[in-house]
Amino acid sequence: MNNDFAIETVKLTKVYGSGNTEVVAMREASMRVRRGEVVALLGPSGSGKSTFLTAVGLINPPTSGQVVIGGRLVLDGPHARTNLSKFRRQHMGFIFQKSNLIPFLNACENVQIALQLNGRTRSVARRRAMELLDYLGVADRARNYPSMLSGGQQQRVAVARALANQPSVILADEPTAALDSHRGRQVMELFAKVAHENGAGVIVVTHDQRALDVFDTIYEMEDGVIRPSQAAVPAE
Amino acid sequence: MNLAAKDIRHNLGRFALTTIGVGMLLMIVMGMGGIYRGIIEDATLLIDRIGADLWVVQRDTRGPLAEVSRVPSNLVYRVAAVPGVATSREFVYHTIQREHEGQPIRISMLGLSWPTDKGEWLPLVAGRALRQNHFELIADRSLKLQLGERIKLGKETYTVVGLTANMISSGGDGIACVTTSDAVAIQFDVAGEAVRLEREARRARGERYDITSQQPALLEQSQKPSAELPPIAPAQMSAVLVAVAPGHDAEQVAATIAAWGDVTVHSRDDQCALLLEGSVDKARRQIGLFRVLLTVIAAIIMALILYTLTLDKLHSIALLKLIGAPNTVIAGMILQQALMLGVLGYGIAYALGQRLFPQFPRRVILTQDDLLQLAVIVLVISVLSSLLGIWKALRVSPNEAIA
Repeated sequence: MNNDFAIETVKLTKVYGSGNTEVVAMREASMRVRRGEVVALLGPSGSGKSTFLTAVGLINPPTSGQVVIGGRLVLDGPHARTNLSKFRRQHMGFIFQKSNLIPFLNACENVQIALQLNGRTRSVARRRAMELLDYLGVADRARNYPSMLSGGQQQRVAVARALANQPSVILADEPTAALDSHRGRQVMELFAKVAHENGAGVIVVTHDQRALDVFDTIYEMEDGVIRPSQAAVPAE
Repeated sequence: MNLAAKDIRHNLGRFALTTIGVGMLLMIVMGMGGIYRGIIEDATLLIDRIGADLWVVQRDTRGPLAEVSRVPSNLVYRVAAVPGVATSREFVYHTIQREHEGQPIRISMLGLSWPTDKGEWLPLVAGRALRQNHFELIADRSLKLQLGERIKLGKETYTVVGLTANMISSGGDGIACVTTSDAVAIQFDVAGEAVRLEREARRARGERYDITSQQPALLEQSQKPSAELPPIAPAQMSAVLVAVAPGHDAEQVAATIAAWGDVTVHSRDDQCALLLEGSVDKARRQIGLFRVLLTVIAAIIMALILYTLTLDKLHSIALLKLIGAPNTVIAGMILQQALMLGVLGYGIAYALGQRLFPQFPRRVILTQDDLLQLAVIVLVISVLSSLLGIWKALRVSPNEAIA
């Protein structure tokens, strides 16, 4: 296991069902993301991108293969090698297409909860949450509940929550789908900044071709197989 | 961050309505316990208040509070002569139903042994004890009679001179106290026509015997009022109450009296036990079982409410798991909500009960012990009913947050 890699997946395979109903959603998907690297994962719907992302995110374990985070074997096939819940809390940030905020917490509390779960005191968590919301331009909506926020505002709060604990791994599934191009690019640049400054590995599943220049590496996925992209060229 | 409180605050209206519902349910459980306690209290209250050491009653009966008991009125003198007896007094007790101001009124009549007993021991809340041996009455407030009000019972009219609180019979009727002679008069009140018919029947029976033709004065005597006829027994009492003199053994005194063939002697504890095991036992057990049933139903309803509240939060729970919330945080949230529901429901039950229970026709007695016991039961129910919700929450996969 190489400690230089923030994320390393080794031949991840995910099979749903069995016998005649067996579906292979992901086939020997291997990827290495260095610390500070931002990776885009492109591919058509149903190609297995989300399956890959949830496997790396320790949410939906693979049928076989290994997930190594920061040089540490975390998943060996479907078997956890550590407390996944605690590991997610300490090392990972998630952003999904739908903002997925907790409806009974306001914007600030949605960010705060991630920090408090990680052991931050209430005052420290609140200050950090407000800083992030301010950075993402939604500080003025800190007291609003998710139902009172627009889709874009919700997504920015979700991004703030994902970044709250300065995770070593950030996984994003279509994070800019609900944002305008300016905000979308801002979020992508934020990912790049966090990755470079904190040495985090970032995987972003996206269809947004306008911001591909932000990424260090681009992969494509089709029929459950991952390969480096031939079409897109990372800007440098 | 208290997630349970945040969730409740966000859905305050719904939680408030649910809590009020649970509170009303718990109020019924609390009320059933109070009614149960009230029945026991009412059954034994009179025995405790009268405070007699021994009850001398008709042979092989359980005493006048449980069934009909008749003893001759001169028994009080026989008992008084027994060594160790400090005082003996007559006891008359019966229940009547009359009409008063167009409304039916049920009264448990208690005879006070005038002049030794004028009712000073009664828990008077207004007015005074008896001052004359006829036509005065001390009524319980539950009878809704006013001080100074006059009520016709039998052929006489009685004036309410005192009011008591919580003097209730085991049947739930308010107790009114008069002198024993008045109580007997009310009990054996017979219409004038019935008296005339009885005298006529006596005369007719007398005419069948030769002796009345030989001594016509006997026939004339038979038509007089029964109280003036020496061969006819005087009116009977319900029981004789005995106070044992200090330094004497109550059991010894009881054994002496019980040796007579015509009476049975009960101690105060015997009387209480006979009542609780006899006339009120079925009602007591029925309410007790009903209370248990209601408690189980309350537990089931609370479990279903908490389960439903958890189902509504499954997505949020999956999200919490996704961002790494440990199971203890999620279980704690559901448990805290269950406890809040139980504690607030209990508070509502108590507050509502304090206002509603005094309006009930029978006494509802909430004792500290019963309230504490119910509080513990509610806490246990809250914890148990949260288990179903916790079980469901712990089975939620973080994957469901992004499904």
